[in-house]
Amino acid sequence: MPIGPQIEMPKQSPEQRTRNFDEVACGYDEGMAAAEASRCLTCPKPQCVPGCPVGVDIPGFIRLVKEGKPVEAARRIKQMNALPAICGRVCPQEEQCQKNCVLGVRGAPVAIGRLERFVSDIERVSGVEMPEIVSSTGKRVAVVGSGPAGLTVAAELVKLGHEVDVYESLHEAGGVLMYGIPQFRLPKEIVQSEIEYVRKLGVKMHLDSTVGRIATVSELLGGGFDAIFIGSGAGLPNFLEVPGENLNGVYSANEFLIRTNLMKAYKFPEYRTPIQVGKRVAVIGGGNVAMDSARCALRLGAEKVYIVYRRGLEELPARHEEVENAREEGVIFELLTNPMRFLGDSRGYLSRMECVKMRLGEPDSSGRRRPIPVEGSNFFIDVENAVVAVGQSPNPIIQQTTVGLEVSRHGTIVVDEETMGTTLEGVYAGGDVVSGAATVISAMGAGKTAAKAIHKYVMEKRA
Amino acid sequence: MSHKQCSAPFSNTPPYRIVKKRTMTPNVKMLEVEAEVVAKRGKPGQFVILRVDERGERIPITLGGTHPKKGTITLYIAEVGSSSQQLGALNVGDSILNLSGPLGNPTEVKGYGNVLCVANGVFIGAHVFLVKSLKREGNRIFSVIGARTPDQLFMVDEARKASDESLVAEDGEGFGLLKRLFAEKRFDHVFTIGSTSMQRFVLDLTRPLGIPTTVSLFPIMVDGSGMCGACRVTVGGHTRFACVNGPDFDGHDVDFDELVSRMRYYTPQEKITMVLRERGVL
Repeated sequence: MPIGPQIEMPKQSPEQRTRNFDEVACGYDEGMAAAEASRCLTCPKPQCVPGCPVGVDIPGFIRLVKEGKPVEAARRIKQMNALPAICGRVCPQEEQCQKNCVLGVRGAPVAIGRLERFVSDIERVSGVEMPEIVSSTGKRVAVVGSGPAGLTVAAELVKLGHEVDVYESLHEAGGVLMYGIPQFRLPKEIVQSEIEYVRKLGVKMHLDSTVGRIATVSELLGGGFDAIFIGSGAGLPNFLEVPGENLNGVYSANEFLIRTNLMKAYKFPEYRTPIQVGKRVAVIGGGNVAMDSARCALRLGAEKVYIVYRRGLEELPARHEEVENAREEGVIFELLTNPMRFLGDSRGYLSRMECVKMRLGEPDSSGRRRPIPVEGSNFFIDVENAVVAVGQSPNPIIQQTTVGLEVSRHGTIVVDEETMGTTLEGVYAGGDVVSGAATVISAMGAGKTAAKAIHKYVMEKRA
Repeated sequence: MSHKQCSAPFSNTPPYRIVKKRTMTPNVKMLEVEAEVVAKRGKPGQFVILRVDERGERIPITLGGTHPKKGTITLYIAEVGSSSQQLGALNVGDSILNLSGPLGNPTEVKGYGNVLCVANGVFIGAHVFLVKSLKREGNRIFSVIGARTPDQLFMVDEARKASDESLVAEDGEGFGLLKRLFAEKRFDHVFTIGSTSMQRFVLDLTRPLGIPTTVSLFPIMVDGSGMCGACRVTVGGHTRFACVNGPDFDGHDVDFDELVSRMRYYTPQEKITMVLRERGVL
C-alpha cells in the first residue's frame, strides 16, 4: 500500500492570527488523525522511541489511534509522560522522535507531535482517568519549582506512593509553561488542566512560596523531607551589556513575556498589568524565546517587528516551524546584525538602536561559526521598544542560599548525570537549572531520571 | 498513611485575611494581614508581593512589621494608583488572593554606632520597623520623618519612642532641618527610605562628609524573584536587580536619574486605570 503525504495541520491565517492571542495551530480532526496514523508502519524495531527523552510508546499509541481509540492512546502516553497536551504542542519533534522515523528517509515522517496533541485534547474533553492509587511509602519529597522538570518528578514520585510537596515562587504553577510560552502557542487553560491532573494524583502545590527565602534547602531536609528535587529553572535574563540597555522601552524577554502571558497584559486594562508596545519593536536574539517575543509584539499592536540576530538564517536556534510562523506573520529578519548601543530621547525613552553588520568566521568552541563585526557597517534602526532575548541563566536564589551545593561558573547546579544527584546527599536537580536554558521535554527527561534515583534513594534510606 | 510532621511551615498558605485596618492619613492605610511564614521569617528591608484578585497586578510592598506569635504582618499602603486603591479599599475579614514573601534581602542590621534614619511618606511605617531592629543591636538612633503636608504624617509617637532622638519635618522644611543636623551631629551610618527626591537630598549631604548611606529602593517589579529584570538599577556602573541584589544599596553608587525615569514608565497606563476606576469601570 503506498504511503500518502503527511497530513497538514490547519492553522489560523497570518492576517487573522496576528490580531488575536488564540492558538495558531488548530489541531487535527478525527479524519486527519486517522489518515496520519495510518501512515505509521508500526516498525518492529521502532526508531522513534529512542528519540523521545521520556520514552513514550509511540507505535503503541499510534496503533490505538488507528483503532479509533484516542482516549486509550492518550492513556498509553501518560504511562510515560504526564503532560502530553503540552509536549504535543511545544516539543521539537523534528529533532527527536520524528527525526528517526523511517518514513523521513524518503518523505515526511509521521507527525507524531500532532497525533499526541490530538489524543490528549480528546482525552481532556472526555474526562481524565486517574491511575490506581498505590499504598503510601511514608516517604516525603519536596520539589522546588513547578515547571516541566518539577511537575514530572512530582507526578512520577507520587505514583510510586511517596508524599510530594511542590513549592512554586509565582502565583500560578507551571513555571515557563505559564510565564514564558505564549497563549497562542500553548494555551494556559491546557497547562492548568495538565497541572490539575498532577494535583489529582495527590501532589500538593504550594504557590507564592520561594524556596531560599521562605526556607532553605537544608531546612527542608531537616524539616521532615527525605529528599529534595531542585527544578528552579533558568529564570535570570541575560542582557547584552551595551550602553543604553536600561532606557525605558528596553525589556528583557522574560519581563515582556511574563507581562504578556502570566499577567495577561494583552487584556489591559481589564487585567491590570500594563505593557508598552510602540509602533516599532526590535527583538534581539534568534531562539524560540525571541520568536515568541516578536510574535507577541505583533499581537500587541506593533506595526514593524524586527528579529535582530548576529548570525545567519541557518544558525537561528529557534525551531524551523516557529521561524516560519514568524515570517508568515510579517516579522522582519535583520540577520548578521548586532546591536552596539541603545539611544534614547531626553526623557530616557528608547528611540533608536545602533547596529553593526556581522560576517561569519571560523567555528568557535560551540561549533558554530563565530560572528565578526564588519568594520564601517554601522547603521541605525528606529524603535520604541527592544526586547532582549539572548538567553537566560539559572535563577541564583537557591544556589546563594544553599551551603555545600556545587555550582558551575555559569551558575548551573552540578549533578551526576546518571542520577541527577547534586553534591548534597538527598538533594537532586534537573531541568534548566542544571543544563542552562533548554527545552521542555529535556527538562522532563531529566525529571524522569531524577525521579528514579530519588525513589531508590528514599526506599534504601534508613528511617 | 503515615505522616512525618514538618517542624515549620515552608509555604505561604491562603487565605491571607485582613485582621486589622487603620486609616493612617487621607491616603495611607495600614493593613494587618495573616501570613504565618512571612510573620516568622520577614525582616526589615524585605518586601512582599500581593495580588488582590485574578486580574490584579503583582504589587510589591515593603514590610512594615511582623507579629510572629499572631502570624500576621503589617503593611502600609499608599493609595496612589488603581491597584493600591483597590487594596486599600479592602476591609477586615476580606482576603488577599496571593501573598508572596518574604522577598529581597533584609537590611543589614548590626552595630553601626550613631545612626540616622530618614523616612518620608508611606515608608514611615517600614522605617519604624527598621529603627526598632537597629535599636536592638545597640545603635543610637536619630530618626527624622517627614511628609509633604502635616496631614500626611503618621506614627510620629512610634518613631519618637523607638529612637533616641527624633525630629518631624513638615511642608518640605525637612531639607533645611537635615542640613542643620549634619552640621551639628556626627553619624556613622545613614539609612534612607522614602521618596527618591528625599533620598537624593540626603545623599547630597552625606557624600561630602563620607558617611556610608544605605538607600532602600522600590523600582517597578513584576515577579520579585530575579526573573524579569524590570527592577534593574545601575549601581556603581553595573546593572543590579533590586529584588535579588537589593532592595538596599549603597546610595552613593546608585544612578538616580535612571531610576526616577524608569519608575515613571507606566505613568500613562496608571492614569488610564485611575480614570476607569473613578468611573467605576474597573
